Amino acid sequence: MAARTLFDKVWAAHEVVAETPDTPAVLYVDLHLAHEVTTPQAFSTLRSLGLRVRRPDRTLATMDHSTPTQTDQVFGSVPIKVDAAARQVRQLEQNAAEFGIELFGMRDARRGIVHIISPELGCTQPGMTIVCGDSHTSTHGAFGALAFGIGTTEVGHVFATQALLQRKPKSFAVNVEGQLPRGVGAKDLILSIIGKIGVSGGTGFVLEYRGSTIRSLSMEERMTVCNMSIEAGARAGMMAPDEVTFEYLRGKPRAPKGKAWDAAVARWRTLVTDADARFDASVDIDAADIEPMVTYGTNPGMVLPIGSVIPNPRGDEVFDKAMRYMGFHGGEAMLGKPVNVVFIGSCTNGRLEDLQAAARILEGRKVAPGVRLLIVPGSQQIKREAEAAGLAEIFKAAGADWRESGCSMCLGMNGDTVGAGEYSISTSNRNFEGRQGKGARTLLVSPLTAAASAVKGRIADPRELI
Amino acid sequence: MQPIRRITGRTVVIASSDIDTDQIIPARFLTTTGKEGLGKQLFADWRYQADGSPKADFILNRPEAHGADILVAGRNFGCGSSREHAPWALMDYGFRAVISTEIADIFRGNSLKNGLLPVVVDERTAQWLLQHPGTQVDIDLESAHLTLPTGTTVSFPIEPFARHCLLNGVDELGYLRSKLGDIERFEASQAAS
Repeated sequence: MAARTLFDKVWAAHEVVAETPDTPAVLYVDLHLAHEVTTPQAFSTLRSLGLRVRRPDRTLATMDHSTPTQTDQVFGSVPIKVDAAARQVRQLEQNAAEFGIELFGMRDARRGIVHIISPELGCTQPGMTIVCGDSHTSTHGAFGALAFGIGTTEVGHVFATQALLQRKPKSFAVNVEGQLPRGVGAKDLILSIIGKIGVSGGTGFVLEYRGSTIRSLSMEERMTVCNMSIEAGARAGMMAPDEVTFEYLRGKPRAPKGKAWDAAVARWRTLVTDADARFDASVDIDAADIEPMVTYGTNPGMVLPIGSVIPNPRGDEVFDKAMRYMGFHGGEAMLGKPVNVVFIGSCTNGRLEDLQAAARILEGRKVAPGVRLLIVPGSQQIKREAEAAGLAEIFKAAGADWRESGCSMCLGMNGDTVGAGEYSISTSNRNFEGRQGKGARTLLVSPLTAAASAVKGRIADPRELI
Repeated sequence: MQPIRRITGRTVVIASSDIDTDQIIPARFLTTTGKEGLGKQLFADWRYQADGSPKADFILNRPEAHGADILVAGRNFGCGSSREHAPWALMDYGFRAVISTEIADIFRGNSLKNGLLPVVVDERTAQWLLQHPGTQVDIDLESAHLTLPTGTTVSFPIEPFARHCLLNGVDELGYLRSKLGDIERFEASQAAS
């Protein structure tokens, strides 16, 4: 057999019907993750056609996007403040009950951001196909799964058939070699990759992150990298599973057990790109060159090493429009720019290691006067772990607002928003205009840089505080 | 779904590149549980003042944009979030096609499933369209060609199955369900291995 990439292998193993010039492949879906925002219309379609959810055992639902993060609203002592969000939450509860889907609902101890809880439960496993009505489904590719976001019509297709019609994307090798310098993390790495290939550089491709740097990352760091594959326009991002992956999954509630575990690991070990396999495109990144990164514009590709000055292109309308929105000018330094809000959380950087990184800087320090620091754990489990480890106490002592889990200020659907014109230093994934609230100005950074900036009250280099 | 064979209409131009789906419809409107009526929220933050009144200088608020059928946009249109609310909003507003040099993957798929035609053209054609807002264009889906009022005709790529579904008003779910026998056999073979 011809040499194959990791992506080729996972794709081939899920082709129910191969593609032809006239028809796309029928691709089987092992795991379908569902949440309250992109499913209501799909359930309505099922209802109107008299269809069931065909494989509820391969479907998992939670609520995360529009849910409150304030404890009294989550646990029901006061109503959810945003009415439309409350309706959407209730509708998912009704739909899950009607269609027999397992739901980690509002007060469930396993609830959290969909892309955080599936790995943490061991539902996400190497070699799977995983879809969700959410573009950050690419996160699960960190396990060697083929995972991608779909629209609501396709959510309905998967509910009804457990399969999707898909054309096979092309493959793109992102080779990263060397050691990340001190104070530089997975978020800086992925921002730097997006800066290099551009926000549409990955369109039509599945990325495979490869090389010694990738192998040296923890699972949580790998998830941060794969999470933002979509910000380069890619359909998905993948990494070959290895001992780090297996150790992460061992003993997780829904990971295979006993003999089934041994068989699974043996199968998972085959999920590597063959030595002489060819990619359709590639890029080489030297990890040693990467610095803490910060975005300066209105898409994640407008990104710089933190010590740099904003470029000053002439006659570039995209750049000029972004500068007007951000209130910045070409030639200005990023360091020292003012900060109003700092958000630490999201499916990109809301995991325990991210909170530990923030705590390294916040321990024994205070948030600068006038700065609001919101820290939102990615799941209720992470919240409990952070509290048990004393991180929550460090955050509160520093003056941070420590919340229940959810997507929160990443997209501001639940009322956690940044005010118009305010600068938000955020560990989330998108700095689009208005992403965190109408008129909000977002700068994407790592948890270390976010925490350092909260303490200084200005955009700060974390290497000075660690 | 209604079959689509040909779209003849007038363009409106939003020249920005990398227009993401958060601009097409901001997240705060995603708490809806239906698909209808999203057109009034299309490009909400570019289109309305804080008090809800229209921003006079935004193209969709100008008289010449009224009744336009086709949106011409800068490269990489529809990037970002997978929200299908983006094509729902564009269609509810009245758009039937989007033309750009590059259209993001998930948005393109979502558009095709709703009968909003994504038309990817070469740089030269795109530049002409960007410089001639309000022009009449003719999009023939059957031959996959776009014709400008100058008489210039260019072909555009479209996935053959999606084209077949649009031309014949076929719903993809019906086709997928016709493969349920194959899906069951696949599941049985997976369980056995």
